[in-house]
Amino acid sequence: MALASLVIINTGCANIASVKFAVERLGIQAFVSDDVNEINQAQRVILPGVGSAPAAMASIERKQLTACIQSLQQPVLGVCLGMQLMVQSSQENHLGNHRDTPCLGLLPGHVEKMKAGDLTLPHMGWNRVYSLSDNPLFDDIDEGAHFYFVHGYSLAKYEHTLATCHYDSDFSAAIYKDNFFGVQFHPERSSDAGAQLLKNFSRI
Amino acid sequence: MLAKRIIPCLDVRDGVVVKGVKFRNHEIIGDIVPLAQRYAQIGADELVFYDITASSDERVVDKSWVSQIAQVIDIPFCVAGGIKTVEDAGHILAMGADKISVNSPALSNVQLITDLYNTFGQQCVVVGIDSFFNPDTQAYEVYQFTGDETRTQKTKWQTLDWIQEVQSAGAGEIVLNCMNQDGVRNGYDIEQLAKVREKCKVPLIASGGAGTMTHFTEVFKQAGVDGALAASVFHKNIIAMDELKAYLAAQGIEIRQ
Repeated sequence: MALASLVIINTGCANIASVKFAVERLGIQAFVSDDVNEINQAQRVILPGVGSAPAAMASIERKQLTACIQSLQQPVLGVCLGMQLMVQSSQENHLGNHRDTPCLGLLPGHVEKMKAGDLTLPHMGWNRVYSLSDNPLFDDIDEGAHFYFVHGYSLAKYEHTLATCHYDSDFSAAIYKDNFFGVQFHPERSSDAGAQLLKNFSRI
Repeated sequence: MLAKRIIPCLDVRDGVVVKGVKFRNHEIIGDIVPLAQRYAQIGADELVFYDITASSDERVVDKSWVSQIAQVIDIPFCVAGGIKTVEDAGHILAMGADKISVNSPALSNVQLITDLYNTFGQQCVVVGIDSFFNPDTQAYEVYQFTGDETRTQKTKWQTLDWIQEVQSAGAGEIVLNCMNQDGVRNGYDIEQLAKVREKCKVPLIASGGAGTMTHFTEVFKQAGVDGALAASVFHKNIIAMDELKAYLAAQGIEIRQ
């Protein structure tokens, strides 16, 4: 096949279609693939995610994609659960199983169940995002723009945090290290701000 | 701060959007995709599509419209109706829905909620509850198969107990349809929603009764819900989305403009 500009990794249990459609609305052709060669050759890779960390990691391992993803050099964008899979481990496991789920380890970090005080969980809806430093991923996006979040686990604010969101406490709305970017929100479902972010990623 | 959500609800029957009063006498509102697109453009925060015939008909419903919606809109949407298995839910999510909502099948098999939780994560598992205030017993009662009046039946559950049960099973969000108020535009059932809010630790969406902009203020301020679902006021242009959002913001309610 021709060199694909953008490949969305078929993690097997994510809502891949909505990410694909969002990218295509920007006029960018996207391929969904779980083929190691196709993923390796893509100019950009998106690791999508709706699902649970243990189910998604089991699927990635079953498809033997772990080493492939870990060795990628091109820009990679993890979305929602996809972002959480990028760090070392997640507290999320099947109901009643309290062991951590090992993740991809592309960045340091540990995902934990959100502590929201009196607020409801999961954190679901539109919340404001503030970037901490200049990064092309947030070009032309207003400070405090609303993005759509749906998650019950989060990554605390730490040295790889690119943007924060506040829900009882600050947490990582976006992370960054080398070629790896991750966003906790769903850009594909975040109206104009989300479209801008995907456009920015396509230019990195 | 997390914004309160305004959620137009589109009842789908045989591929078109319909609206009934108290779950009866459905009239056709229009085609699904253009309506969804219009609501996304005018600032809806989320959309819910209820296939109101699915659970009661016991048939596999053509859901190709899910994929058509996912292609054109850039806000989240949830699909409800006829999702009886993890596989059913997987198809809907694969077509681009962000969340799936279960109602009657969860009442028949509560394990379904836990299976969905384990496969897709809590955040996309919505449980819809049809609750009826029985003036004779003064109790809130949960109903099943409300999409078809010939099969609609009262269950053994009282609403507050079922709210607890579905949360234990893994529900990520609850949509409470207050049946007494549905389609009559007399205001949300604040009393019931406030009682449910006390027991509901996951996001709670109010459904049934919206008629004026004041009703939205009341339900957010007095019942503390996370989102307000409405159909006829939007379908019939009784309330304009932009005016509603400006009004709520002026009332000090966090809202996405």
